[in-house]
Amino acid sequence: MTRLSGWGRFRPVEARVARARDASDVVAALAQGPLIARGNGRAYGDSAVSPGLTLDMRGMDRMLSFDKVRGVLVAEAGVLLAEVIAAFLPRGWFPAVTPGTKFVTLGGAIAADVHGKNHHLDGSFGAFVDWVEVMDAKGCVRRAEAGSEAFGWTVGGMGLTGVILRAQIRLRPVETGWIVQDMRATQTLEATIDMMDATLSAPYSVAWLDCVTTGVMMGRGLVMLGRHATLDDLPRADRRKPLVTPRKPTLRLPFDLPAAALNGITRRAFNALYYWNGRRKPGPRLVDWDSYFYPLDAILDWNRGYGRAGFLQFQCALPQEAAKPGMSALLGAIARSGEASVLSVLKRFGAQSGPFSFPMAGYTLALDFPANDRSLRLMERLDAITLDHGGRFYLAKDARMPRAVLEAADTRVAAFRAMRAATGAAGRFVSVQSERLGL
Amino acid sequence: MKGPVLILGAASDIARATARAFAAQGCAIQLAARDPDRLADDKADLETRFGVAVTLHRVDALDVESHEAFVDSLPDLPMVAVCAVGLMGDQAQTAADVTRATLILRSNFEGPASLLGVLANKMEARGSGTLVGISSVAGERGRASNYVYGSAKAGFTAYLSGLRNRLAKKGVHVVTVLPGFVDTKMTAGMGLKGPLLAQPEEVGRAIVAAVEKTRDVIHVRRVWWLVMAIIKAIPEGSFKKTSI
Repeated sequence: MTRLSGWGRFRPVEARVARARDASDVVAALAQGPLIARGNGRAYGDSAVSPGLTLDMRGMDRMLSFDKVRGVLVAEAGVLLAEVIAAFLPRGWFPAVTPGTKFVTLGGAIAADVHGKNHHLDGSFGAFVDWVEVMDAKGCVRRAEAGSEAFGWTVGGMGLTGVILRAQIRLRPVETGWIVQDMRATQTLEATIDMMDATLSAPYSVAWLDCVTTGVMMGRGLVMLGRHATLDDLPRADRRKPLVTPRKPTLRLPFDLPAAALNGITRRAFNALYYWNGRRKPGPRLVDWDSYFYPLDAILDWNRGYGRAGFLQFQCALPQEAAKPGMSALLGAIARSGEASVLSVLKRFGAQSGPFSFPMAGYTLALDFPANDRSLRLMERLDAITLDHGGRFYLAKDARMPRAVLEAADTRVAAFRAMRAATGAAGRFVSVQSERLGL
Repeated sequence: MKGPVLILGAASDIARATARAFAAQGCAIQLAARDPDRLADDKADLETRFGVAVTLHRVDALDVESHEAFVDSLPDLPMVAVCAVGLMGDQAQTAADVTRATLILRSNFEGPASLLGVLANKMEARGSGTLVGISSVAGERGRASNYVYGSAKAGFTAYLSGLRNRLAKKGVHVVTVLPGFVDTKMTAGMGLKGPLLAQPEEVGRAIVAAVEKTRDVIHVRRVWWLVMAIIKAIPEGSFKKTSI
């Protein structure tokens, strides 16, 4: 038995863990009873912890083929995005969609159908997956092609359709390892959203919001636009090795900070500093891929910064027409509570892609809070505001949502449950989250 | 670094990580195991990630008569040979069953020693090469919890030491690796964690570094040197009453 939790380290459970090195290990694990597959444990809540067996898929981490003309990779589910970048960026390829950390497995990225800063143009991770091979409750392996029903349920299905064994993904050709970033400060929430609506042609777009400041300045922020740099964007000296960027030092938090370290005062100070620092350097500049996409990866185990109790993430999506009033109500509730999220991230979404995938056309807001009773109460208010505005919730972030909230937010739950019952997945692929939410 | 690099017992977690660490340096890789058909995906992985040439070979560590022919059958005599062959077994079972005990002794000592012995002679004749034996801290002192495995590893460690001595002036180097606890299939379920537990990737990188720097004996995590120094320093009269 091992104490296991998600990346937020909230409410760890005593879990039985087995590691899979090949498909026969998955068959053997299935024979032991209900299980859930776990990638690199970067889902924030209890998505990848099972009350039965938690199957560690990191042992299945082989890359099987690469088409160097089309940039198509076949790999096992336990391969990390960081490994994909290490192997293929030097050859001029980059993941077509990436979340805010490169330490996720391909299986996890597919199961959560993760999104990146380019969702408004390109869609989510699943849009670049050609097929997935999934082992069902009987131990049969089926290849689900993009567009098929089984594929749709698996992408964003949180591992609840079966164990994802391998997949074929398409990478994006890049000329350099650099991003041209264009940072723009905004004065109000409305201005932030207007600017994001006005810059939809930017390949990457994301905004950091100051969620401490109240009044008319509430929701001021930094809109960060980006695109892959071409050879011509680089200074002459860097053009000879355009795919090589300087190696960044990584730090590690070797112990838990006391819970008080990220208290109201430091979180307020951080928000103010971040805003003013961003405002000082507006306009375009070159940023290496690692700093641009994965700033938090520079501090390994950064989740220990919140202390032993861990932290909670909240991420909802609101439809386009409700974005301004909805986001305003969410930020207002946070400001009134006296809590402050360290990193509040606003992102424009394109259309929904799968029958159970999280993104929907509109805006998404991601927040983090220390795990305590006040935060939990605040998040209940945020749940209610999201429901009032027709929004939905991201299961890869969730660690505490009540079943009724999910059911009220997402009418697709009934169809998902019916699919689980019909395919024999119900009762066999089980996470602490799926039990809590009755999936 | 020049290849090819031969990995013996290539199906283990440490072997997989070691093969990757050498392939990352651009070395061609020869993977050898009892059932090479199961290594097809590992071969594909090394080729896909690193663009190196990989060949698969059948070898039975316990069939010592076949070892000469096995080495002769390799497309090239390797520049580096890493022996990751081994079998831990369950001590209680091993103590009760002499057949089982013999299998542990042969898998960890006789087989690896025979394979490296054949390779040593051929490398000596060529005048170059590096042999890497993955032994164990369990061979440093016999303990009730795993002395059958430990004594076989003690024999293998002594064998590597002797081989190193013999070949020191012949252009062939021998590295002894004492990994300590490693997070692998072999140790799964032992409930290990903390600073004594290394990841297989660390072992792989440490082996590549040891070959490059012609190190003689390495612990993957330095703390193991201290742990074993203490364990070895306990007088036998006291040691026999402990349960470490």
